[in-house]
Amino acid sequence: MSDTQTKIVVDCSTGVIEEVALTAEEIAERETIAQAFAAAEHEKEVAVAEAAEAKAALLAKLGITEDEAKLLLA
Amino acid sequence: MAITYVNIASITIGSGGASSASFTSIPQTYTDLLLKASLRSTRSAQEDGFAFSPNGAGATFWMLLSGDGSSTSGGSSSSLGYGSSFTGRIPAASATSNTFGNLELYLPNYSNTANPKGFSLDAATENDGTTAYISLESGYYSSTSAVSSITLQASNANLAQYSTFTLYGIKKN
Repeated sequence: MSDTQTKIVVDCSTGVIEEVALTAEEIAERETIAQAFAAAEHEKEVAVAEAAEAKAALLAKLGITEDEAKLLLA
Repeated sequence: MAITYVNIASITIGSGGASSASFTSIPQTYTDLLLKASLRSTRSAQEDGFAFSPNGAGATFWMLLSGDGSSTSGGSSSSLGYGSSFTGRIPAASATSNTFGNLELYLPNYSNTANPKGFSLDAATENDGTTAYISLESGYYSSTSAVSSITLQASNANLAQYSTFTLYGIKKN
């Protein structure tokens, strides 16, 4: 996260818009958010890999190719 | 019964981007809140995550249903308990140039102090490529405090220039 650490704030009671620097707490929160996103991405990649593995195992068990399996479902 | 939409405030991200956008001192005079956004992240990827925090608090809990339009791994996923750290996906720097995703967040009964506040959110990325996302979410802000501020940010980088956020108050006549 090397981007500028500022936030745009609008006070809805006055309409005044300001650009202010993030506090240390807000910077830490951004790190937490980035870590959560990375964890979600990893979870998704694992799920995709497991699904592909299960699919390949089933095709091998049936002794058919993926295209042949599609023909059965068409 | 007519429903009125009042533009409470808008934010447009300027040159250089910004880490986040915040609406503060939200009036407590409406029935519901509706946030509409056109946004993009500066992350060097086709997409980035998006997060919103009511009252700057982390004590939130919600469910996520996400659809993945990838040509190689198209499918859907659902998750429980992401908290305020991850709320769907928005396009980023490697998505089609000059395109922005859209996002809508609805917060009914945001000013009540008796119950947690439910919400729904839908977002779609824009990308002329092999992968795009749509996110549909529901959940609640697990606090009895009225929602007086909302902070919005990308997960890994800045909100890109020209990203816009408009907060509407909805009041039943």
